Amino acid sequence: MELLKAKTLSSPVAWRSGIRQAFADVPALAWLLGMLGAVLIEYLWGDTLAVMLYLPKVPPLFGATLVLKKPLLFPWALLYGLLIYVLPIGVIARVSAATANRVAKALERLPVSVSALLHLVLLYAVLSIWTENSDYRLQVSKLIMIAVMLTLSINVINGYMGEFSCSHPGFMALGAYVASVLTLVLFKDNRLFGPALLPESLGPFLFPLVLFIGGMAAAFGALIVAIPSFRTRGDYLAIISLAFLFIVKSAIENIEWVGGPRGLGGQPHWSTLPAVFAGMILCIWIINNFVRSTLGKALNAVRDNEIAADAMTVDTRRTKMVAFMFGAFWAGVAGGLYAHEVRHVTPGSFGIQMLAEILAMVYFGGLNSVIGSIVGAVSISMISEILKPLGLYKWIVVPLILILVMIFRPTGLFAFRDFNVRKILRHKG
Amino acid sequence: MAFFLQNVINALQWGSFYALIALGYSMVYSILMLFNFTHGDIFMTGAYIGLGVATALLALSGVMGVVVPGWLLLIFTIVLAMMLTSLLGVLVERVGYRPLRDAPRASAAITGLMIGIILEYSNLAILGTRRLNFPTLIETTTYTVGGVFFTNKKILIVGIALLLMLALHLFIQKSRWGMAMRAMSFDYQIVPLMGVSLNVIAPLTFAIGSSLAAAGGILYGMAYPVLDPFMGIVLGWKSFVAAILGGRGSILGAALAGFLLGFIEIFTPMIFPSTFRDLIAYSIILLILTFRPYGFFGQAHSTQLRL
Repeated sequence: MELLKAKTLSSPVAWRSGIRQAFADVPALAWLLGMLGAVLIEYLWGDTLAVMLYLPKVPPLFGATLVLKKPLLFPWALLYGLLIYVLPIGVIARVSAATANRVAKALERLPVSVSALLHLVLLYAVLSIWTENSDYRLQVSKLIMIAVMLTLSINVINGYMGEFSCSHPGFMALGAYVASVLTLVLFKDNRLFGPALLPESLGPFLFPLVLFIGGMAAAFGALIVAIPSFRTRGDYLAIISLAFLFIVKSAIENIEWVGGPRGLGGQPHWSTLPAVFAGMILCIWIINNFVRSTLGKALNAVRDNEIAADAMTVDTRRTKMVAFMFGAFWAGVAGGLYAHEVRHVTPGSFGIQMLAEILAMVYFGGLNSVIGSIVGAVSISMISEILKPLGLYKWIVVPLILILVMIFRPTGLFAFRDFNVRKILRHKG
Repeated sequence: MAFFLQNVINALQWGSFYALIALGYSMVYSILMLFNFTHGDIFMTGAYIGLGVATALLALSGVMGVVVPGWLLLIFTIVLAMMLTSLLGVLVERVGYRPLRDAPRASAAITGLMIGIILEYSNLAILGTRRLNFPTLIETTTYTVGGVFFTNKKILIVGIALLLMLALHLFIQKSRWGMAMRAMSFDYQIVPLMGVSLNVIAPLTFAIGSSLAAAGGILYGMAYPVLDPFMGIVLGWKSFVAAILGGRGSILGAALAGFLLGFIEIFTPMIFPSTFRDLIAYSIILLILTFRPYGFFGQAHSTQLRL
């Protein structure tokens, strides 16, 4: 309705403000419905449209991967995206806005968890339909979700507590290896550990427990970094954490019964879409609650001034220990999921390269912010998928982008933002 | 005994690479309180620049038909490569560190890391994946004294490294520039008010650190002639650890810690399997930092720094 009321639509600025006005009162629920409609349309007619637009197949990542591989096809992919995604999402979101607002308003009277659950079910439906038609999409989405978990967990230490911790790939490796060894010993006949102890069909049900144990292993490993952090901060702690990373990597390389430097393979493929999605949502939910709790505020206090925090009755030792163990726990869980997705882990893959990637994600997205971690993980993963055809040059372009972001926005894109679920799910209009 | 002495010589050689690189980290840190995470890759670039200069000089002397003695070529190579690499250091300071002087410290660490990755991969893009061999400038001669073998190269490497460290020490203690650097490391916010520009001293520090790394790179190329674009990662990170171990901005500490790391790494394989080298080296570092959290010569919670 606002669209009709917008006075002149001649200049681009007016267009933009007109569009913004038109969608100002669309709540999150309506956007999700729009996305659901779009992915359903793609599921039903995507192939036909792709053939009509001379595309070899449905563009997997919004045509972004085509920019460099087959630039001539990109305009068609763009048109495809416009017809399949932008148009349906816009129309459905606009049309359903009024109803969705009423529903959202009704939901506000119920506990926020009901509303959140409804949104999550919709989001999951969107994701599962969207990833239905290509394995590439499925894998990229799963890896992105794992990256979100990792980035969030490092943000607890590097962002909220303000230590420059370099040990995250080490925590991840601990989680990945412990979880892998558990599943291989318990549920899988294999060369390294002999016959399975439990029937494999039980596995997927006990998988969360396995991940939890992997996370706990990482959390206890984190004590090695947390205890020295009582006495030292900053650069010295960075070195301790770096030493921890190298110690973990080197130790795994020397343990022959987990495969040594050759790595450990043959994990069952249990990191399915629902498992990873549930892991990520749990991670976001718990970390978001954690950083908004008293203990989370204590983290910020320790970051800003440790002595003052101590004087204000913050138990700095406990705070540091909890933050390290908590961050490491989620890194370990993410590692377990990662191991059951790629199904072959080597100690070499948890090295400096992975550290650089994780740091890039967290500092690109923004410190001290849940939304920043999500944005950082998604955008860096997407950028590196898009630039994959560049091969070697990808590693020149990605760092350049990061340097520019660091120079113009030193704390990252969305630093120091609150992630308020109620506000996101609220009705508008 | 002979075996032990043999390993001491090897450790001295291995430690001098670490020490030379660690000095660069330590100097930049003492001035800006930031780590130059590009430094390991500057070392790598320095080695490649040295390779280019040495090849060019050899070709030049071949074309001119003059027989230049090897030691003269080596000196020319080291000096030229140090000069060229110091320009790279200045560039890194200008692009990656100056815009971020007031930003959170981690941001500068990220730009440093990223410039390092760019250096590695542009090297790979320009020179391809084939490994390049460092040209032989000096023929190897082996001496034996009391059952201990050592080559003239090892002596030369340790000698040049010690000479450069001495020169750096004299420069910092005796020259006016060195005095400015010492003052700057004392307080980089007040000293500019006294008429010493941080925009001069910081690039100078980067330049000196990078030139030392380049010298280290050439010496490394002499000892292990096969170069590879990622060789700066392992050596760089370990030297970084040595710089920390030495204490905040302490030159003597960095040099000592570099040699210590060399000794640990050479002597571990005598007792344990050689795959345990990193594990033991880093565990020792972890222990040292747990009990001496500010390194050998570092001071806790103080802006007072040594250079």
